[in-house]
Amino acid sequence: MAETYPITDHHFDCVVVGAGGSGLRAAVGMVEAGLRVACVSKVYPTRSHTVAAQGGINAALGNMNEDDWRYHMYDTVKGSDWLGDQDAIEYMTKNAPAAVLELEHYGAPFSRTPEGKIYQRAFGGQSTNYGKGQAYRTCCAADRTGHVLLHTLFQQALRHKVQFFNEFYALDLLMEDGACLGVLALRIEDGSLHRFRAHVTCLATGGYGRVYFSATSAHTCTGDGNAMVLRAGLPLQDMEFVQFHPSGIYGAGCLITEGARGEGGYLTNGDGERFMERYAPTAKDLASRDVVSRAMTIEINEGRGCGPQKDYIELHLEHLDPKLLHERLPGISETARIFAGVDVTKQPIPVVPTCHYNMGGIPTNYRTEVVRPVDGDPDAVVHGLMAVGEAACASVHGANRLGANSLTDLVVFGRAAAHRAAELVQPGAPHKPLPSGACERALDRLDKVRHASGDLRTGEIRLAMQRTMQRHASVFRDGPLLDEGCRRLDEVAASLDHLRVEDRSRIWNSDVIEALELQNLMLQAIATMRSAAFRTESRGAHAREDFPERDDANWMKHTLCWVDDRHRAQLGDRPVHSYTLTNEVQPVPPQKRVY
Amino acid sequence: MAEFRLPANSRVKPGRSHPGKPGAAKPRRFQIYRYDPEAGDNPRLDTYEVDLADCGPMVLDALIKIKSEADSTLTFRRSCREGICGSCAMNIDGHNTLACTKAIEDVTGDVKIYPLPHMSVVRDLVVDFSMFWAQYESIEPWLKTHTPAPERERPQSVEERAKLDGLYECILCACCSTSCPSYWWNGDRYLGPAALLQAYRWLADSRDEAAGERLDELEDPFKLYRCHTIMNCTQTCPKGLNPAKAIAEIKKLVVERKL
Ligand SMILES: Cc1cc2nc3c(=O)[nH]c(=O)nc-3n(C[C@H](O)[C@H](O)[C@H](O)COP(=O)(O)OP(=O)(O)OC[C@H]3O[C@@H](n4cnc5c(N)ncnc54)[C@H](O)[C@@H]3O)c2cc1C
Ligand code: SF4
Ligand code: SF4
Ligand code: FES
Repeated sequence: MAETYPITDHHFDCVVVGAGGSGLRAAVGMVEAGLRVACVSKVYPTRSHTVAAQGGINAALGNMNEDDWRYHMYDTVKGSDWLGDQDAIEYMTKNAPAAVLELEHYGAPFSRTPEGKIYQRAFGGQSTNYGKGQAYRTCCAADRTGHVLLHTLFQQALRHKVQFFNEFYALDLLMEDGACLGVLALRIEDGSLHRFRAHVTCLATGGYGRVYFSATSAHTCTGDGNAMVLRAGLPLQDMEFVQFHPSGIYGAGCLITEGARGEGGYLTNGDGERFMERYAPTAKDLASRDVVSRAMTIEINEGRGCGPQKDYIELHLEHLDPKLLHERLPGISETARIFAGVDVTKQPIPVVPTCHYNMGGIPTNYRTEVVRPVDGDPDAVVHGLMAVGEAACASVHGANRLGANSLTDLVVFGRAAAHRAAELVQPGAPHKPLPSGACERALDRLDKVRHASGDLRTGEIRLAMQRTMQRHASVFRDGPLLDEGCRRLDEVAASLDHLRVEDRSRIWNSDVIEALELQNLMLQAIATMRSAAFRTESRGAHAREDFPERDDANWMKHTLCWVDDRHRAQLGDRPVHSYTLTNEVQPVPPQKRVY
Repeated sequence: MAEFRLPANSRVKPGRSHPGKPGAAKPRRFQIYRYDPEAGDNPRLDTYEVDLADCGPMVLDALIKIKSEADSTLTFRRSCREGICGSCAMNIDGHNTLACTKAIEDVTGDVKIYPLPHMSVVRDLVVDFSMFWAQYESIEPWLKTHTPAPERERPQSVEERAKLDGLYECILCACCSTSCPSYWWNGDRYLGPAALLQAYRWLADSRDEAAGERLDELEDPFKLYRCHTIMNCTQTCPKGLNPAKAIAEIKKLVVERKL
């Protein structure tokens, strides 16, 4: 190594990596349980990506019409195209109402019904009575639900005096004999290194949307936790399942919430036709996201797009009452004006399917403990390691996430992580000594990046990776296209050896951080592309032109993917949990998925 | 008479020039404040030429393009790129605003970019927010109640909820506070518009039961009463919020409870 790196040690009962909705909820719960918690985040908590969520959070409160968590469970299993683990889905949907009411008790300013209850809107893929009626299940604060959720949880974290380590960038997990002992982090402000020892390390690092060229996610969505898990020799799960949201603004990629359609908006093609009626006769514009995104892509590919290049679809809100737009959709009205130059009361918004959410991630059980197969046990727990939020794959979303189920996932499983940590950890228990050299590999990697003097900037390699993903692993996939994608991606990954980092300073070195994030993105791009090539069927968001049908006989299972330091991938699988947790509900047997 | 001369190392010197690629269709010059604390030099103003024909429409797009293609040492915060996370607040063309929602086209002449004024600069466009966060925390921004929570939601009418509009949307970007002359000179004791807007957000919430306690905390010659209604805050808020009005409302509440 070219430099020596002094390290400061910190000892906590738990460390939560990430201060988005899931990380904050976990941290608050852990403090409530009397545990000493550090919350480490590469950005200030209120800058986390959860702040951008718009449409809402699902819970069967039944404020608008009759509802039941079992209907919510049915919709979620169907939405997942039966790849979701039904024990985890039962847990989430059953606990959702309490988790949302708790947010309200914390002070979240939800929109209200005339009776003074939390307002709930319609969202895609949601029904009452097992597919019969339209559900109104999505609790919201206008179209700023994520902002409200994140700020409310941050406020609770302040109230509970959670110890924050903001603008600390987690580099790698501290592992010994397959168990996690904490995490190593770099303080961005001064470049110093910090080792957080903890009995439980909870990864809440969010998704990795930035592997794609066009994404609704923030620049910071680089899936660092997922990559740390891969580097620890553990697999990621279901990485081929990437959600493309039907309404990203054409060009800018910023999201227009599905709530826009939930409040009565609709899509048209270049002929002015409301084409969703053809693809989903019952649910129409409110069919599940994968269904709508595929329909839009087909319309565009068959020459029925809008605009001079016929390459987008139009989303109409201009028929809605301006008062309703002002009350329920003020945020997207502003976003459409700024990023598309559109006055939504007069003109349609140009939209295209845009990378939005990662169903795949770190495999966990419903208690948020990280699992991987060991000696014939597919659900063996990794001691000391948990994962929550978009980084995790519990899996409640399976092959396709329903709109507004992610925020539910964040708070329900954030809470579950705290409960589990309270069971597992004795407050103040001593830490065993770290094996010597526990940080060596991470420091070596950091040192190489800090002194990288090749001829390719981070930005150049990142762009090549993003374009490859966009072209080869998008809404529709095909064997030859994926194989070519794997080859291209290997070349791009190999070009990381020629990385150049210009910034040599210690203080706020974002050149180094972006390079480290790129390394993380690359591992996940490879896992995504390889898993997509591996799964020879179509299910949920994974649509193969060469294998257009779902194949339950061979593929009713989770994909596992390991990627090593040389970017070599290895694939495997784990069974889906097709059983429920309790007798309060029966498993939903597989059916053909029509909306 | 006060000493108005700034310390020597705060004077900004002309800096380096990074010409764009020849043959640019729509070249535009960006002058950007640079400060490298490790180099020990004065801050400087670097000039970058960007081809707008090959760049997104917002100032943040240009900054990212410069960082990705011309000078990866350029340092700034960003995350959401859609005006909701509050990371990219800076002073552009003389106004505090968000780089990600500020259209380059709306600036005439060279685009001048500085860090938020009167904050201590960590590096380039990154400033130290510690005091800002401490002030936010000091107003105890969470729901306070004495009555136990009901099993369901605490009821709130549509009209009561509407009172929070224009308050809860704040993204804590600090554009307002760092444009406020009172905050510049008394930032250690005056809470500033952002924290006060949040203080009012809880006073205005029909569910909160700690108005008296909150007003006791605020009624202080410095925390609240340094606002002289200069209105810079309201003019600059990139989310269209009105902190000056919120402050006036707090002052009104203080007066009302005395009557
Ligand atoms: C535009 C948009 C709108 C959405 N709308 C909705 C919606 O209406 N309803 C819904 O249910 N879902 C919605 N989603 C999805 C949902 O917002 C996300 O899935 C969810 O917010 C993810 O939360 P999280 O807690 O997992 O992580 P995030 O909020 O992404 O936070 C990640 C945290 O990890 C930290 N972190 C990451 N890497 C590191 C590192 N190396 N070191 C230290 N810290 C690190 C970050 O600082 C951050 O604090 C939307 C998504 C997008 C993109
Ligand atoms: S109105 Fe008050 S808070 Fe706003 S800028 Fe003026 S003095 Fe500052
Ligand atoms: S009031 Fe406006 S300017 Fe001030 S912090 Fe909030 S969003 Fe930013
Ligand atoms: S990057 Fe989030 S506000 Fe500009």
